[in-house]
Amino acid sequence: MPYTLGVDVGGTFTDIFLVNEDDGKIFTAKVPSTPHDSSIGVLNGIEKVCANSGLSARDIGHVMHGTTVATNTVLTGSGALVGLVTTKGFRQVLQIARSYVPGGLGGWVIYNKSEPMAPLELTVEADERVAADGAIVRPLNEESLRERLEFLKGRGIEALTVCLINSFANGAHEHRIRDIAAEVMPEIPVSLSFDVIPEMQEYERAVTTVANSYVRPKVQTYIQNLTRELQLRMGNVKLHVLRSDGGLASSASAAEYPVNMLMSGPAGGVAGALWIAKQAGYTNLLTLDMGGTSTDVALIQNAEAQIRRETTVGDVTVRASSIDVRTVGAGGGSIAHVPELTGALRVGPQSAGAEPGPAAYGNGGLEPTVTDANMVLGYLPKSALLGGDMQLDGDAAARAVQKVATAMNLSLDKAAAGIVDIVNENMFGALRLVSIEQGYDPRDFALMAFGGAGPLHANALGRLMSSWPVIIPPGPGVLCASGDATTRIRDEASRTFIRRFRDTSAAEVVAILRELAESAATSLNSEDVARADQRVTYQADLRYHGQGLLLTVNADVEAIVAQGLDAIGSQFDERHKQLFTFALDVDKEVVNLRAVVEGRETRVSAPRIEKSDSDPSAAILAKQTVFMDGKHCEATVFARAKLKSGNQIIGPAIITEMDSTSVILVGHVGDIDDFGNILIRPIVRSS
Amino acid sequence: MPAQLIQKNQTPFRHTDLDPITLDIIENALKNARYEMDAVLFRTAMSPGIREQHDAFPMIANCEGKMVVGQFGSFIHGFTEGYEGTIEDGDIFLTNDPYSCRGAISHANDWLVLMPIFKDGRLIAWASMFGHMTDIGGKVPGSLPTDARQIYEEGIVVPPTKIYRNNELQSDILRIILHNCRLPHWNRSDFNAVIAACNLAAKRCVELANRFGDDELFSAMDELLERNKRAMSKLIASTIPEAKQTFEDYLCDDGMGMGPYKIACAMWRDGDKVIFDFAGTDPQSVGSINFLLNEEMFKMFAGVFMIMVFDPQIMFNDGFYDLMEVRIPQGCLLKPNHPAALSCRTHALARIFDVLSGLLGQGNPDFLCAAGFSDSPHFMYSGYTSSGEWYQLYQIGFGGVPGRPAGDGPDGHSLWPSFTNVPNEFLECNFPLRIENYVTLADTGGPGKHRGGNALRISYGFLEDGEISIHDDRWLTYPWGVNGGLPGRRSRKILVHIDGQEELMDSKRDRIKVLAGDVLHFDTWGGGGWGKPFERDAAIVAKDVDRGLVTVEGARRYGVVMHDSTHVDAAATATLREEMRIADSARTEIFNRGGTIDELKARCLAETGLQPPETPVFQVRRAG
Repeated sequence: MPYTLGVDVGGTFTDIFLVNEDDGKIFTAKVPSTPHDSSIGVLNGIEKVCANSGLSARDIGHVMHGTTVATNTVLTGSGALVGLVTTKGFRQVLQIARSYVPGGLGGWVIYNKSEPMAPLELTVEADERVAADGAIVRPLNEESLRERLEFLKGRGIEALTVCLINSFANGAHEHRIRDIAAEVMPEIPVSLSFDVIPEMQEYERAVTTVANSYVRPKVQTYIQNLTRELQLRMGNVKLHVLRSDGGLASSASAAEYPVNMLMSGPAGGVAGALWIAKQAGYTNLLTLDMGGTSTDVALIQNAEAQIRRETTVGDVTVRASSIDVRTVGAGGGSIAHVPELTGALRVGPQSAGAEPGPAAYGNGGLEPTVTDANMVLGYLPKSALLGGDMQLDGDAAARAVQKVATAMNLSLDKAAAGIVDIVNENMFGALRLVSIEQGYDPRDFALMAFGGAGPLHANALGRLMSSWPVIIPPGPGVLCASGDATTRIRDEASRTFIRRFRDTSAAEVVAILRELAESAATSLNSEDVARADQRVTYQADLRYHGQGLLLTVNADVEAIVAQGLDAIGSQFDERHKQLFTFALDVDKEVVNLRAVVEGRETRVSAPRIEKSDSDPSAAILAKQTVFMDGKHCEATVFARAKLKSGNQIIGPAIITEMDSTSVILVGHVGDIDDFGNILIRPIVRSS
Repeated sequence: MPAQLIQKNQTPFRHTDLDPITLDIIENALKNARYEMDAVLFRTAMSPGIREQHDAFPMIANCEGKMVVGQFGSFIHGFTEGYEGTIEDGDIFLTNDPYSCRGAISHANDWLVLMPIFKDGRLIAWASMFGHMTDIGGKVPGSLPTDARQIYEEGIVVPPTKIYRNNELQSDILRIILHNCRLPHWNRSDFNAVIAACNLAAKRCVELANRFGDDELFSAMDELLERNKRAMSKLIASTIPEAKQTFEDYLCDDGMGMGPYKIACAMWRDGDKVIFDFAGTDPQSVGSINFLLNEEMFKMFAGVFMIMVFDPQIMFNDGFYDLMEVRIPQGCLLKPNHPAALSCRTHALARIFDVLSGLLGQGNPDFLCAAGFSDSPHFMYSGYTSSGEWYQLYQIGFGGVPGRPAGDGPDGHSLWPSFTNVPNEFLECNFPLRIENYVTLADTGGPGKHRGGNALRISYGFLEDGEISIHDDRWLTYPWGVNGGLPGRRSRKILVHIDGQEELMDSKRDRIKVLAGDVLHFDTWGGGGWGKPFERDAAIVAKDVDRGLVTVEGARRYGVVMHDSTHVDAAATATLREEMRIADSARTEIFNRGGTIDELKARCLAETGLQPPETPVFQVRRAG
């Protein structure tokens, strides 16, 4: 069973990417998503791809899935009724949170706090206490706990969370509470903070574990149903779910720790971008995934995505590793408006969404959106015959954008260009957060743009960032599914171990790292990943003693054995200097240790397209007028499907395909490579 | 004699007309730069006050020193006016002397760093930031002595000084300063962090000038200030009445047994200008509760508050300063004469916001917020561990946010921007403490249609002998309710000794000895209520009871009668609410302060267990 299937469920379409691991053959399919139960769309897609390829579903050995079930559960507030057990004296840990009120000076006047995911009335206290060093100060009062669990059971909780003070240092009481809960309410899933995230900081640990409980029943049901249906059709197939950090989890692990799947969707895009960019010869990348309502950006260095020890969905932030994807409320549907008092042009974060959508979609939308501005500028195909999946209404778009033009006393073209400039600036801000703010120079990175709207704005953002080339992969709308299919199995284990360097030893640190590697390998072993195919890497979160930040450095165990803890210490100094311009001559401190175990990389490569010369004229569809860099000019419209490797397209140009449109600006050239990527660079004037 | 600016390049900036889009882009870029400054600071600072609680504030100003993005308005003007020296490329200034910068910072714990940003020999902008240092020496750990009478008792005072000259750190100067602090490594790295943040802002400004042009950046900053002025002038005309409004509020005591101290302010509009006049405010205190209030900073407070209350879409900066005039009498609590002590100014600084809220709201009751947790009480704990290591904690407390037109005040939250609590596990890991309780207290939020937030209780269990300091207020006067809402509960501190004896603590006191095994219950105060409590949905009151945020007994203050903690007695509730409605119909006052000062003093011992403060005696001091 050499076939691996990637499936990405988006808001509109479910994409399928099927690949033969042996010969690299690839089949794709696209079916409408089924939001009420996304597994139906998945099964429809599988049926379609099998029909297209003439394969039997039973030939598929692995299904790899990026899912937004967990994300949507949080965003729509449709999670489980969660009960929470805290230590006596800390019942309001979620109510108080970090006491933070956003919005600057006076922000409290308008701030309304959202309800915690575990209601306060369903939070009970355990009479017990563990000290910061893990010593038991007061044993657990089991009798009173049992009564309180009975109370929660009576109130109908659907999931239980246990998060006790200092449990990161000693999980004994949490484990005991789980055993008691198993007797009191055997059918209720229990999440322990010690299992989910054994790290210091009680609020962050509690909210993360509660989030796990909150999404768990939904994710569990979804995965169980999908597994059952898949096995009915495909026999002994293995389902894997893409984690927020870009690794793959077994379906069992996904169902138990779904808090790690909150960014499963965007992680697929980043993985797909990486897979295709690597083959095109680029390992330093900024990714830009622009959809209808928001844009996700991330940074990949040396073929590794930057991982952040935090995941944010809506107004929930949890401590779970995720690819450092920053999201801005800027998409094709973002609405432009001009507030009366300031007369400034603002774009987003309000979005026209799928319904009614931009005015150009002709579904009754009246507000000017980014898509409408692009339409006015001539960046979208003016006729459905030129490609694109729907007929756009240029007049409706112009009427909408005229509102902004009138409010700002600008011409229609200038108003449209302004809207596009502002939305570009917002995305530019997000790209800076993952690059410049982290100490990376964007000029060392290529910019890969995908998602429905990314290729329209990519060239302009490349210019703002000086990130060349701008890469537009083939099928920019289906990149996520290819990422799902080509990603590798990954698991990690971590532990908080706070010691100043002088209070621990290389031997102690190495022993813990090796122990963690063993524990992280368990899930890969159970997936039948041979030990020889497993790659183990180690990480340490370090800081200067007294500092609040944590910087993660890769820990080379051999080097630590040979040179002691200075091996990681000097790496930390360097990184600190890179980020903050200075290093300090004070004690360093270990905070967390982590082992990451990965399966082998896919051997599948992207399909190559036919070679030709530099002349792209066989792909020309038409000419159309565009407004670019403050002037009207004539752009050539190309059909992406007809472009061949070696073709060179001089801007201004528009390249259309089924689910996306790419723009090449004046003064830029797009080269088509062997895989069908468009590589856009500025035209260098010879001196 | 004001500072002298030395520029190699004297070419004046040319005003250029910018298209509105470029302007918006520059505005966004400056905003981003400001958030980047925060990010660098919080990540690299070491003191819990800055790294966990975020007691530090950045700013970017134009070349004239007007704040374009930031929080508390510009510090530059006060500095350049008071500094007798040159400002040159490569200089970075440090000061913590409030008197040398006209109160741009208001106590010596705040270290202010100012960095002129030069490009091609011309000053193009300023970056600046101040942060609260946990210790700057002086008579008590934490450097906030409640009994100081002169600033000299409050630690080392650094006049505006070039801490970098020609991009070169003046390390001797820094060494002298650090040598006077109890936790020099914290000061050192917090200082580094502030410098790194300013450097970053400078880099961003130069990048922007490269991208858009120097003249364009100059003109954009000007226009951003102008844009704000236009928006604020409409706001002032539509919300500030020409008739004089007055409001007063109080600091309960001065830590030396005297109080309360009155802050009075009148506000009226004269044409397109609004005037704030603090005539009637009490004279300066002989103690350390004085607050040297910078007039420009007060304009920012007032402006931001108006924006938040009336139209949060407006971007605030210094542009509207010409539209406000602030009059503060010399020698009063808000403009004390040098060398009056200033360290414990937090209470007055905070009360200013209650005064503003009352002033702006009384003409527009729909927009009026109650009084609340506008203070930031301090807890300090220090000593030597049994292994001989010095420990020293400075922690800021939070409490109930007031009831507001927008809704309930959150429980146990901060009114100060960007502040967060210190995780209790962090405290226990780094200090000899065990936190026994971390909860908000039922019924401490003022009842109202929108409930005031509950006060926070932190019970500190001490694991080592040591000394603590408590700095708090609102133990005598109430956080008032508005529009029929009731006041929040006042603050209280109880030290439970290891032998079980309970001792009520004064609201402001240093050097309290504690023994291992003692527990301090540090209860802050609740926010005032907004609107008539009997109009609050009974189901929401019942939910608060179920959650333990209001007691069954406390629910009666909302006119809600409960059978038990989950069931409402509908008939009894209707009756009780009707009685309350009738009683309320005679009410004319929009503020409920829980009694006059005389009444509060008379009831003080019985209600609080503490002696009322003596009426303040003022000692006239000449300006010097």
